[in-house]
Amino acid sequence: MEELINKLKAEIIEVLNLEDISPEDIEAESPLFGEGGLGLDSIDALELIVLLEKNYEIKIENPQDGKQIFFSIQSMADFITQQKVA
Amino acid sequence: MLVGEIKQTDEELKEAAGAGNLKALTRPTILGMLAAREAAADAGLLENMEGTGFISANTVGGMGHTEQYCLDYLDVEKEGDFMEYIGTHNCGDSTERIADYLNIKEYVTTINTACSSSANAIMLGARLIKNGIVQRVIAGGTDSLTRFTLNGFNSLMILSKEQCKPFDENRMGLNLGEGAGFVVLESEEAAKQRGAKVYSELRGFANTCDAYHQTASSPEGYGASNAMNKALKSAGLTADDIDYVNLHGTATKMNDLSEGNAIETVFGDQVPDVSSTKGFTGHTLGAAGGIEAVFSNLSISENILFPNLNFTEQMEELNFSPLSDVKEGAEVNNVLSNSFGFGGNNSALLFSKV
Amino acid sequence: MNNGLCISAHCRIKDNSAALNGETVFTLEEASFTQFIKALYRDQKFEYSKFFKMDNLSKLGFAAAEILLSNADDKIMGEEVGVVLANANASLDTDVKHQESIADAKNYFPSPSVFVYTLPNIVIGEICIKHKFTGENACLISKSFDSDQLFEYTMNLFNNGKVSSCLIGWVDCYLGEYDAALFFITRNNDKKSNFESERLKSIYQNCS
Repeated sequence: MEELINKLKAEIIEVLNLEDISPEDIEAESPLFGEGGLGLDSIDALELIVLLEKNYEIKIENPQDGKQIFFSIQSMADFITQQKVA
Repeated sequence: MLVGEIKQTDEELKEAAGAGNLKALTRPTILGMLAAREAAADAGLLENMEGTGFISANTVGGMGHTEQYCLDYLDVEKEGDFMEYIGTHNCGDSTERIADYLNIKEYVTTINTACSSSANAIMLGARLIKNGIVQRVIAGGTDSLTRFTLNGFNSLMILSKEQCKPFDENRMGLNLGEGAGFVVLESEEAAKQRGAKVYSELRGFANTCDAYHQTASSPEGYGASNAMNKALKSAGLTADDIDYVNLHGTATKMNDLSEGNAIETVFGDQVPDVSSTKGFTGHTLGAAGGIEAVFSNLSISENILFPNLNFTEQMEELNFSPLSDVKEGAEVNNVLSNSFGFGGNNSALLFSKV
Repeated sequence: MNNGLCISAHCRIKDNSAALNGETVFTLEEASFTQFIKALYRDQKFEYSKFFKMDNLSKLGFAAAEILLSNADDKIMGEEVGVVLANANASLDTDVKHQESIADAKNYFPSPSVFVYTLPNIVIGEICIKHKFTGENACLISKSFDSDQLFEYTMNLFNNGKVSSCLIGWVDCYLGEYDAALFFITRNNDKKSNFESERLKSIYQNCS
């Protein structure tokens, strides 16, 4: 899990062009969107959907599901792990 | 994938346009030829284009053929008829070709501001006439379906798998479409002089910036209400004077919420008849404002309001519903037509009965 | 003839150099556009994290607008400010990137954050979002910097009361080549920088 979380942090920084943020700045539990988070927007959410498909072969059909899955790095990692098992 | 595709092939459309012998015509060019020629013929201008400018909006250019041939272009060994299409990729190509086809020698230009493009083409046309640069213009837009736009909109997850349901609580996104729509604009003086048939007066217009997000519109619809209010102001009218609004109404979650809130900002609880005609056409991008300007003018001249297809349930956030049945014999004096584009580019045109 | 309008500031970014009103504010020798624009961002302390999400055209236009407006009077900013930009390559620089992402059927991942920039007017949207400009926008495509076109279009907006001030100019980039020349036009009787086509042209030609 630790490894997946670190991998996700690096991937997110890369695909979302979070130039001023390093992996250590992101808490696994803190929210990615909205105030106080990483300030991501709706396009970033779509980009995360592409990331899951491209790097983890997980397809999300309904963008509304993204809200829960992309709440934090932790929730993303949980979702990926759960999908891999299923 | 559901799309508003025109069934005829390029070849069939070319025949219909009497352009079978012309080379390297892209689909937007042929669609534009047909629509612009129909507009010019209806206005009795085909024989004499002197003093007439042409402003066409277009967003995809010759992308359709580029997708088909780009690998052939890159292969230096390969030669063939496809080479003719290299020069057709840019958005201006269709405009120049249509202008040549109609023998238009005056001011010719292209506008691309995404989905508000052809409303802006009509605005620019009006200004050219007002400033005495041309006597009249044929203005509107043309666009065709391409993989580029289908993939792009699909990546934004705003394409509906079902028929689009504008302003419905259960709307699932838009259907892309293709087509062309043009109007002939003329100074009052020039129209009178030649005894032209007049559908309406373009009484007001405005363009504003939503200043919110590259693609999404602001939830409260600031740019949209601002555009409608400024169009009313430039026409010297108030919200009470409006009989019908042809909505941008793409059926995406964001657009309809934003535009719906903007409608309530402008009209309060006195919302006039409103409908999105995109259920008929799909979202034709650069052509949408031109096609909807034609609908708006038909509403005024024929006293008929076109329904908002596929509507069943009012949006939770709004206090009004769009018109879901055709309305004939309506007294339609003033019509607002909304067109909003990526970049927060919002336009409203106001047509009035004369 | 004095039309009551003046060029209150102008900014040029090209050849790894940025200048405000003809005076260089930043240069970086032998750098690619990516390196240069990032260094400019740091040097000028823009502090706008969304900058890094933008495409090249938007980065270029945004940076030029930041420098252009760095000394602007807050009172004239906002609601009635229009933006009229022109360029030759539209959004081709980003269109190519989008095309590359859908060219290979085996590696087919169109990126939403690339697609949203496949329009030349998105740079205008980015500038408007940052500065809360909600006036009229236009994006004109022409072969090269056309001062008459910009001048006439802008005069028309002022004459019809559509704007109270206006950011105008040229923002073009394609495959690493870039050129931005922005002008801020305001109502003011400044004889030295009266707003006229010839002046736009001479500033464009002489300030590089």
